[in-house]
Amino acid sequence: MTSTTVDPEPAAVDERLSSSSLLNRMVVRPEIGALIGALVVFVFFSLVADKFLTLSGVSTWLDDSATLGIMAVAVALLMIGGEFDLSAGVMTASTALVTAIFATQVGLNVWVALLLSLVFALGVGALNGWLVVRTGLPSFIVTLGTFLALQGLNLGVTRLITDSVQVTGMRSASGYESAGFVFASTFPIGDTPFQISIVWWLGFTAVAAWVLTRTKFGNWIFAVGGAAPAARAVGVPVARTKILLFMGTALAAWLVGAINILRFTTVQANQGIGLEFQFIIAAVIGGCLLTGGFGSAIGAAIGALIFGMARQGIVFADWNSDWFMLFLGIMLLGAVLVNNTFRRRAERVRR
Amino acid sequence: MTALIEVDGIGKNYGSVIALRDVSTVVNAGEVTCVLGDNGAGKSTLIKILAGVHQHDAGEFLVNGEQVRLGSPREALDRGIATVYQDLAVVPLMSVWRNFFLGSEPTLGGGPLQRLDRRKAKETARTALADMGIDLRDVEQPVGTLSGGERQCVAIARAVHFGAKVLILDEPTAALGVKQSGVVLRYVAQARDRGLGVVLITHNPHHAFPVGNRFLILKRGRSLGSSEKSEITIEELTRQMAGGAELDALEHELREVSSP
Repeated sequence: MTSTTVDPEPAAVDERLSSSSLLNRMVVRPEIGALIGALVVFVFFSLVADKFLTLSGVSTWLDDSATLGIMAVAVALLMIGGEFDLSAGVMTASTALVTAIFATQVGLNVWVALLLSLVFALGVGALNGWLVVRTGLPSFIVTLGTFLALQGLNLGVTRLITDSVQVTGMRSASGYESAGFVFASTFPIGDTPFQISIVWWLGFTAVAAWVLTRTKFGNWIFAVGGAAPAARAVGVPVARTKILLFMGTALAAWLVGAINILRFTTVQANQGIGLEFQFIIAAVIGGCLLTGGFGSAIGAAIGALIFGMARQGIVFADWNSDWFMLFLGIMLLGAVLVNNTFRRRAERVRR
Repeated sequence: MTALIEVDGIGKNYGSVIALRDVSTVVNAGEVTCVLGDNGAGKSTLIKILAGVHQHDAGEFLVNGEQVRLGSPREALDRGIATVYQDLAVVPLMSVWRNFFLGSEPTLGGGPLQRLDRRKAKETARTALADMGIDLRDVEQPVGTLSGGERQCVAIARAVHFGAKVLILDEPTAALGVKQSGVVLRYVAQARDRGLGVVLITHNPHHAFPVGNRFLILKRGRSLGSSEKSEITIEELTRQMAGGAELDALEHELREVSSP
């Protein structure tokens, strides 16, 4: 298409863009609320708990945030795509169990076991996605089904194979050293060891943020969550995008499962239950709308950071950890209210 | 000159329901063909056939003189037939430029490093919109912050930019106020003047008449005839649309009720 009449100067600033649009620009960034929240929490616990700002303190709350953050980021992408995955929490245990059973009971190399559990995870993710797009049912109910099914499988299969509800003995499996180095080693800053999971968290967040805002697929994620029929009408492969997003959370659950099993060398069959809501909460605190179409990967990572800082900060301050839930509830309500205001701004219709 | 689209005696049944029967009209380049009719007249059925959503059961459907049966909206798009639906046009929470390129994003690099060419996308969106006379403050703003008319315009400009030869507009003015409708109609004329064939679906003769070259009136799945602008007046158009003689009778009846 050749341009004919108008010669727009892209660099020129429209005179109608007043300085107030700087504020608007800030406000429409979904992670800004989470960032402010994180700063408040950080400053607060730095003041009330001496240990919070020490290297070992920082290492502790970053470690707590890391595995939660990996999942929260993947769940955030899925939520932006307009779906939920309630099976995400229990999946972290399922993948760890599959890895552990293949490595300790079947006697495979840890890397082979990890590969098999990756195939398993992607399979479950694809099944979740396929069921949701095929039936058109809310993903909330479909993944509630897979959540319960996986929970039963975790316990049932583990008991069948090991006669107990845990799988142990990863340390003696072949390939444990190298896999452990990749997924569960520590690196020192000063004299304090930091978990490698923190690096995985940062890397995963960076990749997710890049995919979301800088690629074609990211554009499709926003579109299928924001208005799936409109996306379909302009040729976006809606079903494929959603299935890939479910596989994305499964991939993250595999990564977290690998980190956990190699670090603790033992996995309980009832692990991971209830975590799915923490992932969703972190994503929402990070600016994701429950209705889809809006959110941020970096925001979700910050949401997880708030989680970790508050959970460990309360311990450092010698408070009863009961208070954590109160804090969480207030944080979540605040985030939802703020998000809601943003969405109204963005969706405001002028006729 | 071959018509961009020609339908001749086209018909469509849904089971035992005859949704459309024996409808004929043409869409020429640089002209607007208006499809008018009340609710249930068969307007949507006709455009769904043209847009590739449904397939016709009877009659002939020619695109550039070639007989076709469009199997999907994608096939229609590939033949240059783009449809802008009233409420399915855009994703409100996404920015203007992201909406503009949705489904046809320009990219840089390849393989796993393939990424959006954001600079090009923003500049092209801005230029393409400006070419259509749509002057937006900021292509970064969410489409939801635009007015209903502006949103339709973004969808129209997008179809024009991606090389549509025929533009099907499904009730683009239905949900809009008077002023906004005027804005949208101006872009319809704009698209027409750029040589596109436009199919404008509406139930408002006052919107159709100023921009239309040809008026196809549908009633209960049948055509009441396709008239050139020179052959018809707006009064006649309104009268035919509302059911002609029936309306006269109704008017008469109402007059009797109001003046005892």
